[in-house]
Amino acid sequence: MKKWSNALFILPTAVLFLLFFLWPVGVLAVKSFVGEGGFTLANYIAIIANGRYRLALFNSLWLSLVVTLATLVIACVIAFFLARSDFKGKNLYMTLITFPVSLPGVVVGFMIIILFGSTGAVPMATRLLTGTASGALAYTITGIFFAYLYFSIPKTVMTVYGSVVEFDIRLEEAARTVGANEQQAIFQVVVPTLAPAILSAASISFCTSMSAFGTAFTLANQFEIIPILMYTEYTNNFNITIAMAIFIGAVCVILNMFARTLLEKG
Amino acid sequence: MTDKTHVSIRHINKVYGDGTHALRDICLDVREGEILVLLGSSGCGKSTLLRTIGGLEKKTSGEIYFYDQEISSVPVEKRNVGFVFQNYALFPTMTVRQNIAFGLKLRKLPREQIEQKVQQLLDMMDLNPYAGKKPGQLSGGQQQRVAIARVLAIEPKVLLMDEPLTALDAKLKEYLRIQLGKQLRQFGITTIYVTHDQLEAMALADRIAIMNGGIIEQVDTPAAIYSRPQTDFVAQFIGKINQLPGTVHKRGDQTVVDTGFVHLPYRGNREYREGDPVKVYLRLEDMALAAPGARGEGVIPAKVTQCIFMGACCQVGARIGESEVYFEAPNTVTLAPGDSIAIQINEDKMIVV
Repeated sequence: MKKWSNALFILPTAVLFLLFFLWPVGVLAVKSFVGEGGFTLANYIAIIANGRYRLALFNSLWLSLVVTLATLVIACVIAFFLARSDFKGKNLYMTLITFPVSLPGVVVGFMIIILFGSTGAVPMATRLLTGTASGALAYTITGIFFAYLYFSIPKTVMTVYGSVVEFDIRLEEAARTVGANEQQAIFQVVVPTLAPAILSAASISFCTSMSAFGTAFTLANQFEIIPILMYTEYTNNFNITIAMAIFIGAVCVILNMFARTLLEKG
Repeated sequence: MTDKTHVSIRHINKVYGDGTHALRDICLDVREGEILVLLGSSGCGKSTLLRTIGGLEKKTSGEIYFYDQEISSVPVEKRNVGFVFQNYALFPTMTVRQNIAFGLKLRKLPREQIEQKVQQLLDMMDLNPYAGKKPGQLSGGQQQRVAIARVLAIEPKVLLMDEPLTALDAKLKEYLRIQLGKQLRQFGITTIYVTHDQLEAMALADRIAIMNGGIIEQVDTPAAIYSRPQTDFVAQFIGKINQLPGTVHKRGDQTVVDTGFVHLPYRGNREYREGDPVKVYLRLEDMALAAPGARGEGVIPAKVTQCIFMGACCQVGARIGESEVYFEAPNTVTLAPGDSIAIQINEDKMIVV
């Protein structure tokens, strides 16, 4: 009786999972192994063998990694500051900092253009001050880097903030009383304790950066990254595009699993 | 314990940002090797005082001395105090062994020396089977032992304990109270121990400091606190007690307190004038049911107001003149409200505050 009713409760979740995850991903996965002669690994080999694809993949991985690392440092500092201090207008600040999360990627792209485009605020300002315009890097990889930071930081701040607020301050105090100075307490006790939250924030940041499209679509016209490449290729080379999607998905899942096992072993 | 003062607290005040006056001009001397218990209900300032001594809280004014050294400007990590927290605050990502070794590693001691010291503590606190486990896998009592081992590792000069038994369930608490008492004596470290539990305080303390509303009401041995409370608060806070109104009378150079049914010579050192009202306290165990119709020194007639069977005894409520008192009678008595009885009171034990 009990088992029967349990099954009843699991059913809706199971149906959703099957319908919206397992089925479409399964279809894509199968198609990624299909070539002209039936089953093949050619689609996957193409990602590595084709210079253009390989470069796009490399760009994406590299960009996402740098964005994630920069995001972590900045977001952790902000999150600690917010969680540990009380000031007037904190609520307003918290609301403003979450604002970029709700912006479409294209808008973030435009904002970078407004700042760093050839007639953007930064180049204009530098021309006024030094005579020559500099900082017009909207369409370079640096521009994209800033744009990704812009939407990556708020998400990470929110995740880390929550865990810092919940962190038992007595752990830090205990470390201090047995001889740790402030930095030692933070790096040897607080950070390791918060590592699961920080790591999961990092993997979300990495995965969003890998797959961000709108921002890249607005800014990445001087070089290629995976999401843009997929957009331009999917009409001609559908199966290779799918292989890329599965590949990126797999990279993210493996990274996540790796992080988790690393943590459990601690 | 020696007669030497180890920790000396001089006129400590703590006022929080919102104006709450948590500590008011606290003065307290703790002797070398002494176990001093700060006892009080929640919000009395006992934990704030402990945290201030440990350097986890900043005082507003006053001085704290460890021997001759004023330590207010010494950062917490350099004070060499062992602080045991109520929830033990064990590092969740580290094993028991790593938790204990934490303070030693920070001191950059040679590896062998650290291992030897940790092993010694594991043996002493009976933690060997759990050395490789994380705190989350341990019971409350085991966690408490790890917390103590972790602070003992740094060989603290002063041990500060903030309700270390409060998080445990009642039965374990009773057992560990005895264990912890033995251990603390064995360590011989000057200990300041915070609790709200009277029995715990009585069982562990060399002296108890009773705190109330940010001040220390009385510092004394457990026996003196119990039998000679100096303030109304202490009299009412510790144990069960009856309160009776009294009036001061002067008879020559003798001061006598009159409760309406008994005249007590006043032996305290406070100055009273003729007719001053005072409070007289009488503990439950200093009263007993006398034989019906008994007469004599300290035998007082009373009327029963209630009699409740409590298992080992009966709690009897009785009216003596205008006051109502409670005391314990054998569980074989059967008394009904309105019954006339006689109560034998121990006049020597009556407390005038």
